[in-house]
Amino acid sequence: MQAMLERNVVLLAIATIITISIGALVQLVPLYTMETTIEKVDGMRPYSPLELAGRNIYVREGCYLCHSQMIRPFRDEVERYGHYSLAAESMYDHPFQWGSKRTGPDVARVGGKYSNAWHTAHLINPRAVVPESIMPGYPFLAERLLSASKIAAELKTLRVVGVPYTDDQINNAQADLVAQANPEMGDGDAVMARYPKAVLGDFDGNPSQLTEMDALVAYLQMMGTLVDTTSYQTSPDGR
Amino acid sequence: MSSASLANTASSSAPEYYDDLIKKFVIAAAFWGLAGFLAGDYIAWQLAFPVLNLDLEWTSFGRLRPLHTSAVIFAFGGNILLGSSFYVVQRTCRASLFGGNGFGSFIFWGYQLFIVLAATGYLLGITQGKEYAEPEWYVDLWLTIVWVAYLIAFGGTIIRRKEPHIYVANWFYLAFILTIAVLHLGNNASVPAVLFGGEFTKSYIVWAGVQDAMTQWWYGHNAVGFFLTAGFLGMMYYFVPKQAERPVYSYRLSVVHFWGLTFLYIWAGPHHLHYTALPDWLQTLGMTFSIMLWMPSWGGMINGVMTLSGAWHKLRTDPVLRFMVASIGFYGMSTFEGPLMSIKAVNSLSHYTDWTIGHVHAGALGWNALVSFGVLYFLVPKLWKRERLYSLRLVNMHFWISTIGIVLYIASMWVSGIMQGLMWRTYDSLGFLQYSFIETVEAMHPYYIIRATGGLLFVLGAVLMIYNLWRTARGDVRDEAPMGLDNTQAAPAAE
Repeated sequence: MQAMLERNVVLLAIATIITISIGALVQLVPLYTMETTIEKVDGMRPYSPLELAGRNIYVREGCYLCHSQMIRPFRDEVERYGHYSLAAESMYDHPFQWGSKRTGPDVARVGGKYSNAWHTAHLINPRAVVPESIMPGYPFLAERLLSASKIAAELKTLRVVGVPYTDDQINNAQADLVAQANPEMGDGDAVMARYPKAVLGDFDGNPSQLTEMDALVAYLQMMGTLVDTTSYQTSPDGR
Repeated sequence: MSSASLANTASSSAPEYYDDLIKKFVIAAAFWGLAGFLAGDYIAWQLAFPVLNLDLEWTSFGRLRPLHTSAVIFAFGGNILLGSSFYVVQRTCRASLFGGNGFGSFIFWGYQLFIVLAATGYLLGITQGKEYAEPEWYVDLWLTIVWVAYLIAFGGTIIRRKEPHIYVANWFYLAFILTIAVLHLGNNASVPAVLFGGEFTKSYIVWAGVQDAMTQWWYGHNAVGFFLTAGFLGMMYYFVPKQAERPVYSYRLSVVHFWGLTFLYIWAGPHHLHYTALPDWLQTLGMTFSIMLWMPSWGGMINGVMTLSGAWHKLRTDPVLRFMVASIGFYGMSTFEGPLMSIKAVNSLSHYTDWTIGHVHAGALGWNALVSFGVLYFLVPKLWKRERLYSLRLVNMHFWISTIGIVLYIASMWVSGIMQGLMWRTYDSLGFLQYSFIETVEAMHPYYIIRATGGLLFVLGAVLMIYNLWRTARGDVRDEAPMGLDNTQAAPAAE
């Protein structure tokens, strides 16, 4: 067998591909077919346009390289960060941002724990609010206007890869984005209807401008807040 | 296997080898290596002194870290892999490179363009947000074209070989090329937003959440397994026997090593996702195969080290061989540490900490970089047709400086990583968490300084190497006492 393979490069290549395919197929295919992989929970919804813009900034700045978004089911982590993370909570995440390193703390449930003003001050200069912090400062986020004109295209692309955005959500994407950061400028109730539990308001303390800081803080403020984990714990079928 | 033995490479009927092409890869590897090490050390200092982030978007840790990892893995490692594979495949097949110089130059410049596109993208914030797979869709497509060309050149050379057997180094190079292609296509499947009127530089991965996590670490762990392991084992199987002037220790062991490694490695990805929302059955499966992976890894290590049978005395006088053997030692150490860390109980402590970073660098600095340095020191005199290196004493100095740097690096990350993991889970006598998160960050400070200092030594070693290689290429020879003579007057010849 080996004598044959090491005399014929095509056979060697085919045998190698078969060898590496077995493990890959066994591990990857069932994840898409087994219903138990993702829990049935209440409250999950796609990101609002402003949250999505914030998430794209989170990805762009490489936040995932120092912050995880995956709380493990240990006593200390649950006490420090909150209920352990569920697979359902990242079901609309393209890409996933679970991370692999905690140079800074986990942020999976950071939503609602700090005020908008704290987040803005912290992102502009982390050492202004946490003197020992080693996080980089992001002062430019507060100055740069959010480019929002193409947000509907982002939603459309996500719908192609499986996020269930409705036509209604796509058609109103740009208006919703503006209204979430400045409810007086638009229809805040409509945003809440399309994206339940969305946090409305001016996030960066500067209502005259819609900045990248608004978007990023909007994203941080919703993280881990959608799913009612108490209802999940009491669900009869468990995991 | 005798017909494919290394003695044949000096055959009188040798065809023309395209060595000018390999010179380019050698120069590129040295250049990107230094750039990647510098970027790594700079971000190491950022963790100790955050003011170094400069409050600018292009210089923050989050953007420079992918620059560092891509520069060392794909630019430094990639150039040494492509260059050495072209050197090895021509000689062990006694055939000139398929496609010749023109095709080879396309692969070389195409690969450099991939590196530049990826690196500039990171600085500008263009990223897919997946570790070690950050380049966006158009860079991924370009790499796919270059990679297919690479497979054709490499495979084509094997097909036109004059040896009946394919030499073991080429099995490993081939597995590396094929598997990286499969991983690259699977993990980077994405839809560009520009198709729907969005930004050109933005795409969305087709996988989501838990499935994306599994696909990512299937890719991520096997980038380690096939880029940084299989490909570099191909280097080991050619250059260690050449430098030691001994045949590979065991042909049977290399067969077992090859098929064991390729089969088992691919299952190990889930150990990056222990105790996450990934289903338990997958975590346990990944752990089981990660532990089994210890066996072929050490089989390969034994095969490499025992190749020195009868040539151990050369370690005293040949610092190039010392680089290669030390690298195999680090390979053995990190392939023991890896299975250990994949055990769920151990991983519950080590995951998310700097222990992981230390483990990666034990492999990356100790194994990948040291064996690459050995290969560069081997190749430059051969390619530039020089009798010997400019200075073996400088090689020796490089060896010790970089080894001390590695030890400082990994020891500080062991200590601090375990400390960090323990502090996170410590309770006081009243049953409250003892430490706030920021206290654990503060405690890391001295270790970050030690780590960055170790990295600085490693950079200095690389500067010494580049100077030495440059003088060698120029044809200079340093007037110095031969290695091993100063303190071994009484030592008999080991023969």
